[in-house]
Amino acid sequence: MAMLEVKGLTKKFGGLVANDDIAFAVKEGEILGLIGPNGAGKSTLFDLLTGFQRPDAGYVSFLGRSLLGSRPDQISRLGVGRTFQKLRPFDHMTVEENVMVGVLQHTANLRVAREQALGALFFVGLLEKRGAHGHMLSTGQRKRLELARAMATRPRLLLMDEVSGGVDQRSLPGLIDLVNRLKQQGMTMIIIEHNMQVLMSLADRVLALHLGRKIAEGTPEEIQNDRKVIESYLGLAYA
Amino acid sequence: MRSRTPAPMIAALGAAEREPALQDALNEPARTPWRLRTRLLGLAGLVALLAYPFVLDAPFPQHVMIMIFLYALMAQSWNILAGYCGQISLGHAVFFGIGAYSSGFLFATFRVSPWLGMMVGIAIAMAAAVAIGLPTLRLRGHYFAIATLVIAESVQIVFQRWEFVGAASGIWLPIVRENPLLNFQFNESKIPYYFIALGFLSLVCLAVWYLERSKAGYYFRAIREDPEAASSLGVDVSRYKVLAFMISAGFMSIAGTFYAQYVLVVDPETVFPLTLSILVLLIAVMGGVGTLWGPIIGAAVLVPLSEFTRIYLGGTGGSVDLIIYGALIVLICVFRPVGLLGIWKDWRLGTAVGGAKNRGNA
Repeated sequence: MAMLEVKGLTKKFGGLVANDDIAFAVKEGEILGLIGPNGAGKSTLFDLLTGFQRPDAGYVSFLGRSLLGSRPDQISRLGVGRTFQKLRPFDHMTVEENVMVGVLQHTANLRVAREQALGALFFVGLLEKRGAHGHMLSTGQRKRLELARAMATRPRLLLMDEVSGGVDQRSLPGLIDLVNRLKQQGMTMIIIEHNMQVLMSLADRVLALHLGRKIAEGTPEEIQNDRKVIESYLGLAYA
Repeated sequence: MRSRTPAPMIAALGAAEREPALQDALNEPARTPWRLRTRLLGLAGLVALLAYPFVLDAPFPQHVMIMIFLYALMAQSWNILAGYCGQISLGHAVFFGIGAYSSGFLFATFRVSPWLGMMVGIAIAMAAAVAIGLPTLRLRGHYFAIATLVIAESVQIVFQRWEFVGAASGIWLPIVRENPLLNFQFNESKIPYYFIALGFLSLVCLAVWYLERSKAGYYFRAIREDPEAASSLGVDVSRYKVLAFMISAGFMSIAGTFYAQYVLVVDPETVFPLTLSILVLLIAVMGGVGTLWGPIIGAAVLVPLSEFTRIYLGGTGGSVDLIIYGALIVLICVFRPVGLLGIWKDWRLGTAVGGAKNRGNA
């Protein structure tokens, strides 16, 4: 059984159809890549899956359970974690406290929460920054922080909105390595990614969106050679 | 359903237990303990507070301190909701009034002990917080502030017209000579009021101290910083907002009961005014919001200012203190939005070389 199953998912904003009849499935342990030009509906799809937006039609089931009508916090407690494209660290809390908020859905014991938060910070390589405040971090460090925070909730499925966006070339390999280590640990993920090379190295399967519609689905190689994908998206760089 | 594959972070922690950097971090205390000098200063402060009413055994200095405690109690209540949870209320006088009216009415009508009346007041204030909070806390940003302002004004108008609780003339509490402790009335001396007010203030500060070390406190701050990010981490945002509102309202109503017993008159003009809601906000902002000591410092600075201008400028200077408050707040907001406490902390960090507080800045 697929871990996540999506059928006929549709979201309209006025006349704009942001997601149009989207269907796909994610298996346990798999990394699904999500590509598409700006405005293709990738972030909207994440918002629909995590309860930040209500779909107009369609069906989302996670581990055999419908997610429709659930609030974001309920979906988080069911085991779906996410990061945001626009990074949102808690600026006036320390890095350590940021991550503790994630752990606290499993325990009310702050000592335990702190231990696990430090473990997550160690994993993402942000341990030395534990006493710093959110706003003092670089973009790459904030991405790590968001990842640590999402991991701290112990998700079964992790939705990552852009690994490479806004990150300088020096920090990128470390972040990719981090995602790879998560993959090795068996984490199931959906990753939005603009950088094709990054996506090719991470994703098992890729879903291409264009103007809210799914235009292709397949292995990274198949997607790279797909005519519609090349026309709509890769065309600029790969044609 | 709850059975989960071993989470990566736990595996990471297990594999990394031998890592010295992680070990160091785990062994480090979560908070830097107070230094000896701070402890001694705290002890001296406590002794000074306990000795104060006996050393300065005159009504006025005792009254000023009682007002400091009362306003610090209110500012701290407001701070729980606004400073920690980020929900700015402009109508906190409602809960002050509820506290004053609940105990005052029950005492004047049925001779119910004000202590019991205070409990009733807390319950009503919390219920009111739920009733007001459920619809309004869903509003974002300034709309909550506007909603609380409008509700507070409406409540005042209702009490001005409500004959059952004395309408505009309010409730005059009967003066009772016997059993002062049970009746929460001390006609001989202000000293009992002094210690009761100090006790209430300690209680709310203890609550904030505990909150800073509890799950709810972390959730409150996460909601203040970014409600959407908080909800993505499993925080039930509306539930915790309402919880913060309830705690805040409960403590505010305690202040109301205290005030009613202190002046023995409760009327809509004095317990529901907008100026009270604003004053409580100003004190907290002045001292430093979202901190334990901010409201206390704010009250210690602003309340004497108000009491003294009232004396020196007499009846004509009735609102000079408000003008001074306003000017001070403008200065604080323009130059240092962190409040007095933040200014002092920055000054100390600037003079101290390195220090544990800087550990994250490297």
